[in-house]
Amino acid sequence: MFGQIFEITLLSLRNLPSRLGSSSVIIVGIGGVVGVLVAILAMAKGFEASMDRAGAPDRAIVLRGGSTSELSSGMGPREMAVISSFSEVTASSGELYLVADVPKRSNHSPANLAIRGVEQAAFDIRPEISITAGRTFDTGKTEMIAGRGAVAEFHGVEVGSTIKLRNSEWTIVGMFEADGSVYESEVWADLATAQSIFRREGNVSSMRVRLSSPEVAGALSERVEEDPRLDLTLTTEDEYFRNQSQQLTTLIETFGYAVAAIMAVGAIFAALNTMYTAVSARTVEIATLRALGFGGTPVVASVVLEALLLAVLGGGIGAAVAYFGFNGWTVSTLSGAFSQVAFDFTVTPELLIYGIVWAVGLGLIGGLFPAVRAARLPITIGLRGE
Amino acid sequence: MNVIGLVWSNLFRRKTRTILTLMSVLVAFVLFTLLRSVAVAFSGGGFGAAGIDRLVVSPKYSIIDPLPISHGQKIAAVSGVAAVTHADWFGGIYQEPRNFFPKFPVDPEGYFALYPEWVIAPEELEAFRSTRTGAVASAGLAERYGWSVGDRIPIEGDIYPQRDGSRLWEFDLVGIYRGQPDDPDPGVFLFQHDYFDEARQFGHGGVGWFTVRVEDPERAAEIASAIDALFENSNDATRTATEDEAQREFAKQMGDIGLMTTGILGAVFFTILLLTANTMAQALRERIPELAVMKTFGFADGAVALLVLAEAVLLCLVGGALGIGVALAVIGPISASVEGFIGAIEITWPIIAQGLALAAGLGVIVGCVPALSARRLAIVDALRER
Repeated sequence: MFGQIFEITLLSLRNLPSRLGSSSVIIVGIGGVVGVLVAILAMAKGFEASMDRAGAPDRAIVLRGGSTSELSSGMGPREMAVISSFSEVTASSGELYLVADVPKRSNHSPANLAIRGVEQAAFDIRPEISITAGRTFDTGKTEMIAGRGAVAEFHGVEVGSTIKLRNSEWTIVGMFEADGSVYESEVWADLATAQSIFRREGNVSSMRVRLSSPEVAGALSERVEEDPRLDLTLTTEDEYFRNQSQQLTTLIETFGYAVAAIMAVGAIFAALNTMYTAVSARTVEIATLRALGFGGTPVVASVVLEALLLAVLGGGIGAAVAYFGFNGWTVSTLSGAFSQVAFDFTVTPELLIYGIVWAVGLGLIGGLFPAVRAARLPITIGLRGE
Repeated sequence: MNVIGLVWSNLFRRKTRTILTLMSVLVAFVLFTLLRSVAVAFSGGGFGAAGIDRLVVSPKYSIIDPLPISHGQKIAAVSGVAAVTHADWFGGIYQEPRNFFPKFPVDPEGYFALYPEWVIAPEELEAFRSTRTGAVASAGLAERYGWSVGDRIPIEGDIYPQRDGSRLWEFDLVGIYRGQPDDPDPGVFLFQHDYFDEARQFGHGGVGWFTVRVEDPERAAEIASAIDALFENSNDATRTATEDEAQREFAKQMGDIGLMTTGILGAVFFTILLLTANTMAQALRERIPELAVMKTFGFADGAVALLVLAEAVLLCLVGGALGIGVALAVIGPISASVEGFIGAIEITWPIIAQGLALAAGLGVIVGCVPALSARRLAIVDALRER
């Protein structure tokens, strides 16, 4: 029987070129579904990755109780001293987090650029930060270093340029990378200078702490919660960034699946249409084959195989377009911390495979019904070519 | 038989093919209508028509800088300004973070005076004015969370704790207001600024932004510059834009949703174009002898071409109209699920008109090649094929 399937499939594939016009409908239709699905999921994946990479299991973030992001949080020197005094905390860094209106490169419309005021400890706690151009800022000067994403997304944010924030001019003296994480969307400045210019003397928004080990996080979090001197919460960075990314990631993914599902319905109709046409054009041929003794199953299999082949071809093209067209494309959006987060579309191998799986599914549905109809048609009627 | 009847029966000579094509077109237009509405909602349209006579005065450098409330009197003195009011971004969480809706502390009378399209009963406005912990919600919010007048609504202040450090704010719902019948629900929760300012732990005397009504919308740009000039050299410089511009700027921060939907729709329509063009070409091929007979009977070349073209246009229009209909039927639940996030998603008349125009255009494009070949058809050649 496999011999028969092979023979008939080969036969139908050989005359495929004569049906190129209608066959391309399947390829383009399914290619469109897969391309759109993979591209949108790659966007969600990229955003999630930029947030995930910012966290480390042995690092925690301290916010004011009730605050869900650094922007709405704040604390003073007394609370910072208490946090640093815990034995589980091996290093700590108080950081000021602000946003400023700076025009985006793409549309010159002002958007929220995240500014982080830091001390040397911030770099010690985050070893992934590396200066890739220029130098780091001098303490006491209105100098800044800008993350790779901030440079890419904001107008006038580049090494050597100055940006005006409040009544001060800041020179960008260097660019840094942070393993592709959300920190790359920020500009960093000296904490004391930022505190005085932005009128936050002595206060910080949040603290980053390094823990003696990831395991102490839970217990320490409880101690902070119960300490009567503190109205603060301590969360691991991993958890904090997961919470920040979850909502948007889910939204993008839901959107992607919804659009792809609707498009898939359209593509199935298109595939059905094509395959019905293909089958009806070959009515005589199929009937002849069956009169010669070929069974119904090989006929069904050959039609389904043809549809599958076209679908996989389309899916492959769609996935390739998504990969070459979108992988690494940098976009930015407003995140949970109310600042612009730049991230790259990330087309992973899993997404490509997932796209092909969708293509196979669609091709199967599109090929099966016409195949069954072709196999069921009585031979005598088929031979007459009606 | 009239012309439409003839076109219709031509369309349905191959039922499967026509219905499948129709379904694909339908699906394309469901997507078109939904995605266009989402794009419109994201561009700020979902929050209701912005008043053309309203300006928003916000801090020049960063949304997190408060403006002194005393700016209000100075703005009111600018020539051409009819009224001024102020509001703040409270943040806040009702029960859980996903229950998102904007909450503004406002001056009750001043705020409703600036938003005359928001309708509230005079006695409820009076109660709002005279109840310190009073709050009013839009009808949509009240419906979504099952609130009625007299309810006590607890909100956790993630940005603003109370003076005693407590994070729980409780408001008494004293009124429910509605937007205009054709506008989306305003979806904003309002409470007294005076109470908020006195009870909050920090930030006294500051407001988030001012809303200004100008006497003459034509002079809006001039008045905006005059307001900004007033504070240019102070510590609290401002940036004034029309309400419409301000909404657009905020929407742009989300990212280029318009570009994304256009990309997806491009992929969808390219597929549909190919599919329907293929169907029409097949339909024509089958009918060549028939058309020749019609020409023999004296149908003019142009009339035959028009008949073929009409068939394509009718197919696309019916598919388009049905697609828009399906989108209208499903928009309600979709809109409800994202309302807090991007405002209501609405299918507006312009979107429907665009959809129908696009459907007609699609019909003309896919129909013109078959129509031209039908026109060129020589009777002798065509009849010979029989």
